Amino acid sequence: MSLLHWAIVSPFIFAIMVPIVYKYFRKIHTGWFILPLPILLFSYFLSFLSNTRENQVTSETLTWIPSLGIDFTVKVDGLGLLFTLLITGIGSLVVLYSIYYLGKNKEKLNTFYTYLLLFMGAMLGVVLSDNLIVLYLFWELTSFSSFFLIGFWYDREKSRYGAQKSMLITVFGGLCMLGGIILLYLMTGTYRLSEIISLVSPELFEHYLFIPAMIFILLGAFTKSAQFPFHIWLPDAMEAPTPVSAYLHSATMVKAGIYLVARFTPFFGESPVWFWLVSGVGLLTLFWGSFNAVKQTDLKSILAFSTVSQLGMIMSLLGVGSAALHFESIPDSYFTVATTAAIFHLFNHATFKGSLFMVVGIIDHETGTRDIRKLGGLMTFMPITFTLSIIGAFSMAGLPPFNGFLSKEMFFTGMVRVQEMGLFNLETWGILFPIIAWIASIFTFVYSMVLVFKPFTGKYQPEKLEKKPHEAPLGMLISPIILASLVIIIFFFPDLLSESIIAPAMASILPSLLSGTETFHVHISAWHGFTIELFMTIGVVALGTILFLTREKWKQVYNIFPEKLAFNRLYNGLIESSQRLSHTFTNMYMNGSIRSYLIYIFAFFTVILATTLAVKDAFTVNTTNLAPIGVYEVLLSLLIVIGCIAILFAKSRLTSIILLGAVGYTVSLFYVLFRAPDLALTQLVIETVSVALFLLCFYHLPKKRNEERIRFKLTNLLISIGVGTMVTLIALSAHSNKLFDSISQYYVENTYTEAAGKNMVNVILVDFRGFDTMFEITVLAIAAIGIFSMIRLRLAGRKER
Amino acid sequence: MLEIVVNIALLVIAIAMVCLIYRVIKGPTMPDRVIALDAIGINLVAIIALVSIMLKTSAFLDIILLVAILAFIGTVTFSKYLEKGVIVEHDRRNR
Repeated sequence: MSLLHWAIVSPFIFAIMVPIVYKYFRKIHTGWFILPLPILLFSYFLSFLSNTRENQVTSETLTWIPSLGIDFTVKVDGLGLLFTLLITGIGSLVVLYSIYYLGKNKEKLNTFYTYLLLFMGAMLGVVLSDNLIVLYLFWELTSFSSFFLIGFWYDREKSRYGAQKSMLITVFGGLCMLGGIILLYLMTGTYRLSEIISLVSPELFEHYLFIPAMIFILLGAFTKSAQFPFHIWLPDAMEAPTPVSAYLHSATMVKAGIYLVARFTPFFGESPVWFWLVSGVGLLTLFWGSFNAVKQTDLKSILAFSTVSQLGMIMSLLGVGSAALHFESIPDSYFTVATTAAIFHLFNHATFKGSLFMVVGIIDHETGTRDIRKLGGLMTFMPITFTLSIIGAFSMAGLPPFNGFLSKEMFFTGMVRVQEMGLFNLETWGILFPIIAWIASIFTFVYSMVLVFKPFTGKYQPEKLEKKPHEAPLGMLISPIILASLVIIIFFFPDLLSESIIAPAMASILPSLLSGTETFHVHISAWHGFTIELFMTIGVVALGTILFLTREKWKQVYNIFPEKLAFNRLYNGLIESSQRLSHTFTNMYMNGSIRSYLIYIFAFFTVILATTLAVKDAFTVNTTNLAPIGVYEVLLSLLIVIGCIAILFAKSRLTSIILLGAVGYTVSLFYVLFRAPDLALTQLVIETVSVALFLLCFYHLPKKRNEERIRFKLTNLLISIGVGTMVTLIALSAHSNKLFDSISQYYVENTYTEAAGKNMVNVILVDFRGFDTMFEITVLAIAAIGIFSMIRLRLAGRKER
Repeated sequence: MLEIVVNIALLVIAIAMVCLIYRVIKGPTMPDRVIALDAIGINLVAIIALVSIMLKTSAFLDIILLVAILAFIGTVTFSKYLEKGVIVEHDRRNR
């Protein structure tokens, strides 16, 4: 196990230790013990920067199940490193923030940090695993730990609902992804991601599993990253504690899907289906999320929909960026700008969204509410929080001098250039890309402004607040301050990121564009000159300001429109109707009546045997080895048939019992006739005993029961005729298909010589095949004991006494 | 020669049994049926003996004895049931 493996496993080890630490050091907040780990990991992963800058890949393997091709292979390349830095860096800040956010005495800190560490380890595993099965393992672990964290306050109804919803949707996607992984294995014969990507070839595009594998993998990515229409779990996941929302539902887990799409771009990217699916769904999500964010009244819901929208933006950029794979080489990063923008915005989004969530957490913590209708005029009480929220929200809206401006400009550039690519019939529909992007950006601007100005400006309403608002403690402010300062620093010095992080990550996403030791040259500048992007941004600001100021007038749009199109309603309806349907269905066939179950059993028996006979053409009649029929056999058979038919039409039960006895005795006569004296003896005795037992049961029947004939039912008749016919047909065919001679000659020869007996039946029973006899004795013993205990042991009756 | 005799005897007994079965089904009272069943048992003994002769084997002689015993026990049991309403009497003092 290398150091890299220990880095992934260390959060799990820490997670085991958390309860112990929590129990024995109650005086100190448990978070302080956790904090060093992500910081340590962060600095450890920083040390890889110099390697990835030269596009060197660090890879370590730990054999796990070599016979199945499953190894715990860890690979650090540009993309993986970007994600690990986000996970550990924001992880440290979130742990620090949570120390001040969660009370030492009120909350169950041991469970919280256990889940959080589980999540952190799982997320590191997802982004570093090179083996797809291991990646899936960690993927599911993120789903589970996220489920636990959303349901952290499990005594609240809404937390449980949100946790269940996110679990159902993400696990659905995870299982789809597993299907995709298996299809990939069938296509390529390996689980190693790097090998799969290196195998990409035009023949694979033609493979019939290529499109299904792509769709399954994308389903996994879309559900995890809350893409349309699977975005519905994210707003409900906001019931989690705010540090969790900041960490999982803005910076890390929801980007696992983005990671997956970026990872598979070299493999699937050249297919037009991939381009249209990824960029189309991304754009739809971008628009839908930003459109819905405006109507929310809860600060965290606004942030949730904004996360959905921004994830859609990154996704669409990745889709558009995949088109660059069609060009052999690109001199001036002309078509790769979308990929650059995706990675850049991925990073930026993590910074400003993390800080915004923390800001909202502070507002919630200090005023007791997150409802924007109750909040107002907090500027004078919380100046630092206000500054932080301005930085975060303006960056989200895409204004200078914040990093969101840079990535939004690049986003527009990428979308505008879609038309110039001349691929996939983009000439006609390509114009939609920049238009949707532009409209969505206007909505983004509007909700960002709502986020800043509603709580902090306007009228202060102390009567609606539970607490008297005041500035947050310093410890709580440290993390958002660090993130907000990153937001500004990246705007002024974007090249800090471009060569160290973005270029290596692009090399992982678009490896085929590089030859040899070449690296991408990313240059991000704030000023492009008077280009179309700049005018688009100006338009966004102008229209957005107008819409923000007049939003009371056009808010009616939301009242008529989205409620009917809400996917929550569809989800709830699906859950409800599936429960109702399965309930009615189960009630329909599990009706508690043994008659019905017997009908199912016999009907299936008949149908299956009949189809088998028909399909295999197995029915044959061979009369060559039949014995001659004597008069006595005919007479006895007639007797049995008459007896059986008489049982069916008997008026009283007593007659049926006697007739049954008669049938039994006739069978023993058959034994006599067919020369089986032992059988005849036993049959006679047993028949007598069982008739006596039947009479006993008859005697104890309740008196009220009126004696009547068996009622006629057509289904019963048909099924009984079917079963009888099938058994007869199969017996005939089986007898006609005797392939081998009987082995009884051995017994005939050896009964006396080997076993010293003359009665062959008895010698078989106790010598040749004595084991069967032993266990039949056991059966009889069990039956006797059972009858005895049923009669004597009456627990229910004893209680009444 | 013997075979023909055996066959005739079997036929006659079979006719007798059919008549007895008619009595079992029809028999106006329960004792009628019980007597008929007892007679059927005895006829069975005869049939089995004749079949043994026909098959030239002595392996079925046990069965003859058994049927005779069963017929006796059955008749006694039925009689007791008809007379007392129960078959095995519970002796409450011994419990």
